[in-house]
Amino acid sequence: MLHEADISALWITLKLASITTVILLLVGTPLAWWLARTHWRGKPLVEAVVALPLVLPPTVLGFYLLIALGPYGPVGSLSIALGGRPLAFTFTGLVIGSVFYSLPFVVQPLQGAFTAISKQLLEAAATLRASPLDTFFSIIIPLARPGFLTAIVLGFAHTVGEFGVVLMIGGNIPGRTQVLSIAIYDHVENLEYVQAHWLAGGLLLLSFLMLVAVYTFNRRFAVVNL
Amino acid sequence: MSVEVKFQLERRNFSLDVQIAFPDSGITALFGPSGGGKTTLLRCIAGLEPSVRGCLQVGKTVWQDEGIFVPPHKRPIGYVFQGAALFPHLSVRGNLEFALKRVSTERISFDEASALTGICHLLERRTTNLSGGERQRVALARALLTSPEFLLMDEPFAALDRESKAHLMPYIEQLHETLSIPILYVSHSIEEVAHLAEQMVLLYDGRVQGSGPTSEMLTSLSLPLARADNAVSIVEATVLEHDKNYHLTCLRFDGGEILLPREDLSVGQTVRVAIHARDVSLVWQPSKQTSILNVISVVVKEVSALNQAQVLVRLIAADTLLLARITQKSAAVLEVVPGRRMYAQVKSVSLIF
Repeated sequence: MLHEADISALWITLKLASITTVILLLVGTPLAWWLARTHWRGKPLVEAVVALPLVLPPTVLGFYLLIALGPYGPVGSLSIALGGRPLAFTFTGLVIGSVFYSLPFVVQPLQGAFTAISKQLLEAAATLRASPLDTFFSIIIPLARPGFLTAIVLGFAHTVGEFGVVLMIGGNIPGRTQVLSIAIYDHVENLEYVQAHWLAGGLLLLSFLMLVAVYTFNRRFAVVNL
Repeated sequence: MSVEVKFQLERRNFSLDVQIAFPDSGITALFGPSGGGKTTLLRCIAGLEPSVRGCLQVGKTVWQDEGIFVPPHKRPIGYVFQGAALFPHLSVRGNLEFALKRVSTERISFDEASALTGICHLLERRTTNLSGGERQRVALARALLTSPEFLLMDEPFAALDRESKAHLMPYIEQLHETLSIPILYVSHSIEEVAHLAEQMVLLYDGRVQGSGPTSEMLTSLSLPLARADNAVSIVEATVLEHDKNYHLTCLRFDGGEILLPREDLSVGQTVRVAIHARDVSLVWQPSKQTSILNVISVVVKEVSALNQAQVLVRLIAADTLLLARITQKSAAVLEVVPGRRMYAQVKSVSLIF
């Protein structure tokens, strides 16, 4: 049924998607909040950069990342200077690539959810003695809950499904950087259709279930956000 | 003790430049036309406009000055927003507890606040299916639960129909009597102000045009209030007795007596009545041959032309100020000049509380 290599690909994929999602939440939340509230003229520029992975062929992004993470690239040479090694073809490199690649899938739902929160509610919280941080946890997060759920699921699922970027910067090393989508590709290349079926079918089901969960949950909470 | 305000704020199409002081007791109305800066001034006092320059002192505490800006969540205010601004993810109770949880000195209890505003039966409801009046009352209760030293209200009645308005006003009066919290509230309705406010600050185009006791402001001939079509003066009176034969109530004020076609007031009760300038005429001698019941002895204080045909007359009966709008012709024929003793015939009076 599933080979050892397949199981390790599954494990690497889930680990990559989880770590990426956590990092994206930590980076994406303040970025999305800033985008939702700023009146700065340069905002469209930042929005365009965030949205780039949506329109760019993954191989283009992967190519630039490969150069940046390689021994002569800025990130790679920084890593070497700090006593590490170049990040291309490593799991860390995959995480960095995935963070860029899935950024819009986390930032955009969050930005949408934050924009929908009326400024007056935040002011009301302030006049009720809530500090800005308190307001963030007691008002903003609960009201943006559907946005957070969408962001988490889309960020996670999109990372699980990435192919081009991973292929460019991960190098498809079994047990280290080989993820599910590439394992499926390899199986098909080798005419191992049964294993390809198992993995592809599993991914299809997983993605479907996650989306059903999001839509069900968000419908239940939509009433609250009128 | 007073509130001292000096603010300057520049916006693209609007500038606010005010310097006023008003007592930090009683109900003060911020009055003026829409776009005059009332809400902006209220927001500046609450600390919601960080770009405002100037200083603000409430009682002995400085909230803003050169290099000092107390953030809104550290100012001991209660703020009632125009749209109530209830948190949609919390129930009515949740909204009230949000405030209660964050204050250190609880001067008003949960039960008191909900009883005072009449929302006890709404506590478990969601905020999304409350009526406009109910939302405002919840917002008021929530603001009270912060145990504010100063209550700011932004047009609390604007979104309400007549009936809800009539419902909510008594809560605010009661509030002021039971809690003795100074209230500053924004309004553009002269009836509302005549009803509630003891003091007024008149704001036009971001500038203060005048401030002082409501009865004086309403009848000041140099201010636009007296020149408005619905110009009104107010009389504070107590219920003296009922005339059972004619179903009238007799009110007594420092300048005389007023009869009112009502019977539902209790003797001894203090009430406020409004007398419109257009309902007051002037005579030299009180006449028995008239259908007008209310005739008050007055002295002319001031006369000012309203237009080519009409003049406004400011009158005083003991300490009560009244306003009459009469024709230029009548003023000339009757020699209405400052200092003349005359009689004001009041065609109708309306009770406002």
